[in-house]
Amino acid sequence: MMADRPKPSGRVVVTGIGGVTPLGTGVDVFWPRMLAGENAVGPITLLDASEYTTRIAAEVKDFNAEDWMDRKEARRIDRFIAFAIAAASMAITDSGIKPTEDEKEDIGVLIGSGIGGLTYMGEQHRRQVEGGPSKVSPFLVPYMIPDMGTGMVSIIHGFKGPNTCVVTACATGSNAIGDAYHIIKRGDAIAMVAGGSEAPINELGLGGFCAARAMSTRNDDPAHASRPFDKDRDGFLIGEGSAVFMMEDYDYAVARGAKIYGEILGYGMSGDAYHITQPSPDAGGATRSMKIALRQSGLAASDIGYVNAHGTSTYYNDKLETLAIKNALGEAAYKIPVSSIKSMIGHTLGAAGAIEALVCLLAMRDGKIPPTINYETPDPECDLDYVPNVARDATFKYAASNSFGFGGHNVTLILGR
Amino acid sequence: MSQDIFDRVKKVTVEELGVKEEEVVEAASFTEDLGADSLDVVELVMAFEDEFGIEIPDDEVGEIKTVGDAVTYISKKSAA
Repeated sequence: MMADRPKPSGRVVVTGIGGVTPLGTGVDVFWPRMLAGENAVGPITLLDASEYTTRIAAEVKDFNAEDWMDRKEARRIDRFIAFAIAAASMAITDSGIKPTEDEKEDIGVLIGSGIGGLTYMGEQHRRQVEGGPSKVSPFLVPYMIPDMGTGMVSIIHGFKGPNTCVVTACATGSNAIGDAYHIIKRGDAIAMVAGGSEAPINELGLGGFCAARAMSTRNDDPAHASRPFDKDRDGFLIGEGSAVFMMEDYDYAVARGAKIYGEILGYGMSGDAYHITQPSPDAGGATRSMKIALRQSGLAASDIGYVNAHGTSTYYNDKLETLAIKNALGEAAYKIPVSSIKSMIGHTLGAAGAIEALVCLLAMRDGKIPPTINYETPDPECDLDYVPNVARDATFKYAASNSFGFGGHNVTLILGR
Repeated sequence: MSQDIFDRVKKVTVEELGVKEEEVVEAASFTEDLGADSLDVVELVMAFEDEFGIEIPDDEVGEIKTVGDAVTYISKKSAA
């Protein structure tokens, strides 16, 4: 019970990981494929995309919702909730946690989504337009709201601690992990199930991003369409998936003999206060989130062994993120490997930060940095070491992960092993 | 009772509630026996409307508590 709980240690560790990505369902499936530099972008099959300017995306191909929940839920639930439930189940199982009923009151859930159940919302909107209000499903509201990944995971596992959600567009996954870190650090929970989930490949999602002119139109060559930091990049590709962590107070994790993947050491946040979709041209916001995270971690720039970039493959992001990394890390920036897994799995929006934090932990554990694929032509404005095309062996103890979102959200996580 | 309507009610119920075919018997209550909550019932009624091309007004939904009730109600509506 809460009253009997020891003081928080102030340290927060990751003890379980789970993920669903366009390169596969389950960490053991997608991680080797990322290290092999495989591409997951291909023609869209989840909808008829023939009328759209972008007709390619990174879809999850091997996911079966019925493997993770009962059939009734599986057949109707929005895909973003299904991904969250699956990733959370993997993380909880992986952590080996077996909480008592009392302890469950001190374990919370925080799984964000940038958009929520847009597929379900679109279908129900169509039903209403065609058949009138009586045709709208009672599940529209619960399946549309971005917090329902959290809601359903808490119900399935009986976790009754802090139960919340974060929505910061493409920074969501990083904010979720960072906010869960704060919740545990200040003692509001002994453990949190935290991450992000997104399933944006539907009519409205694709239409909206096409209209924003933010996506690659390299429809004839999907395998080479997402090319972060390459001079010929022409926009991002949407992806889908989820990553979820089991995060715990260090003392609680050690007391139960949990295996520890790594520790959250810094959580820097800033706002651009500039434009609804474009990053600030001086990269000031991204620079600050990196500097703040570094300061919190107590590390020197040269201690960082890997930067997992936001690296969307848009002209502005990649140029300005490069500038931010140099601003924040100084001369050390030129010696630190920087890579973007979005080159392989596209931009999973609200899941991206969580998947990328997961990749940082795996990279530290295995001493292997996943590559930026499709890197062919250097851009003078992007002059760092992007780990081009081939994974790299490297032993390191600390990694940083950047995430930036529409609305001017900048987040940097620093993780240590 | 119309066998055709029963079979279609059964098909829809199996699909909507994720239950086994053999559970969908005439006396089975959607909420007591087949695990439906209040939202499931609304969704199920809408699926019956779609399947049979009928309208089931909110104030008549209360008449449909069991599989047999649904078949009786739909038979009456379809005949009307």
